[in-house]
Amino acid sequence: MHDYSNNHNRHATVPALLVDELSVSFSMYGRGTAKADLDAIRALSLDVMPGELLAVVGASGSGKSVLAHAVMGILPKNARVGGRILYRGEPLTEKRLGALRGTEIAFIPQAVDYLDPLMRVDRQVIGTRGTRAAQEEIFARYRLAPEVGRQYPFQLSGGMARRVLFATAAVGGDVKLVVADEPTPGLGPDLCAKMMNHFRQFADAGAGVLLITHDVDLALGYADRVAVFYAGVTVEIATAAEFASGGAALRHPYSRAFADALPQNAFRPIPGRQPYAGGLGKGCPFFDRCTERRTDCASGDVPMRALRGGKVRCLHAT
Amino acid sequence: MRLEAKDIRFRYGGGSGARGGDGRSGWVLDGVSLSVEAGERVGLVGPSGCGKTTLAKILAGYLAPTSGSVLLDGAPLPARGYCPVQMIFQHPELSVNPRWTMRRILTENWTPDAALADALGLEDAWMNRWPAELSGGELQRFCIARVLGPRTRFLLCDEISTMLDAITQAQVWRLLLDVAEQNRLGLLVVTHNPALAARVCTRVVEMG
Repeated sequence: MHDYSNNHNRHATVPALLVDELSVSFSMYGRGTAKADLDAIRALSLDVMPGELLAVVGASGSGKSVLAHAVMGILPKNARVGGRILYRGEPLTEKRLGALRGTEIAFIPQAVDYLDPLMRVDRQVIGTRGTRAAQEEIFARYRLAPEVGRQYPFQLSGGMARRVLFATAAVGGDVKLVVADEPTPGLGPDLCAKMMNHFRQFADAGAGVLLITHDVDLALGYADRVAVFYAGVTVEIATAAEFASGGAALRHPYSRAFADALPQNAFRPIPGRQPYAGGLGKGCPFFDRCTERRTDCASGDVPMRALRGGKVRCLHAT
Repeated sequence: MRLEAKDIRFRYGGGSGARGGDGRSGWVLDGVSLSVEAGERVGLVGPSGCGKTTLAKILAGYLAPTSGSVLLDGAPLPARGYCPVQMIFQHPELSVNPRWTMRRILTENWTPDAALADALGLEDAWMNRWPAELSGGELQRFCIARVLGPRTRFLLCDEISTMLDAITQAQVWRLLLDVAEQNRLGLLVVTHNPALAARVCTRVVEMG
């Protein structure tokens, strides 16, 4: 169980997590022994305050999972990282991460194949820091029958596997930062709501929650702010309310197109596709698909700037 | 053409396996019947763990029901050769061979034309990569392309767009609906998103 009685400062000025112009590239083998660098993310900037739930949305392949893996220090060995990641004001070094993972920092990975296929589910949830009682309590909370603990991952439905992943994270210690990578696909609406309530509870107890998700309308009901990613770049940070109102209040043309494509809105895709972060030069990554582009968008730096209480990486947003 | 499930019962391991929602007798499916006509798009909704994926796997011939039958135009699914009932899975990372290149995965049973590859945003640069080097959304678009061949008559779509962003989801579904109409495919669409079901399905069946 977590200690929800912890009195935290709601107006804390030190973010639980600060990501500043993070870049990640992977060195890959091409032909023979020739190596090339592939940029996965170019310029991600965001902050999660204690007590806040920040939802990260954006194109698939825009670097959302890579961000989560960079924060957790589980990128593959061929990754090269630039920029800064601060946890409560201090850089997240490998040594610090080793002590924090599973205690203060909880991670819920995207793919259900993060479960060990050869280990019974209850032992995975108990892990190295949980107890049998905590595991049973958490199973009851996530509506997993006691028998499920004795099963192996392949015997679980997609939604059950998700709940087990959540349980592995939530069974830890005094959580101050939750990093969740797509925790809700495959869950029914009632369970999704339950999961989101748990995230909200983590935040209300003073933790910062970074929630990477495609289920925008679900997230909007619980998030404080939303960060929008495109091609390895943070294009906008808006309040959840601005997103929920249909998109007209959003700052970046990509964010507005994104809102417009939701099935409950127009379900209208824009043509074209997201470029590789690696194939991009200077200028705005959304340039070729933007209906509001001007000549200066194609070249030069597009810095993140404050606008109407949020942030946007666009030269012409108003 | 019609795909039918008749009074399907199924349990894993044939014994006392438990299930998530309640501790009942271990039957994942207990007398489920369903039919999909060519040209129809049937939504399948129900709580997590109620057997939606299991039913889809049975309809595609990946699992044999404990009792009951699956009929394609009144006959059992072909035991050999290409199965006209194809499935797109919920977890693309688990439904491709990790030791095959993306090109080999894509062209296992047909070669999509450039227009389709383009519409799904499959980049040439990805063809020589391994599955572990693509994101879930990128992998899923390969999994969709590989089953849209001319021999496919029915498509079972198991939460296929939950890992896609909104714009890609709208693109992929518009394309799938186009192909389904051209080829008069029957679709079974498992989804938890009521707004999406309302957009793509001609009718909705509730399970569990």
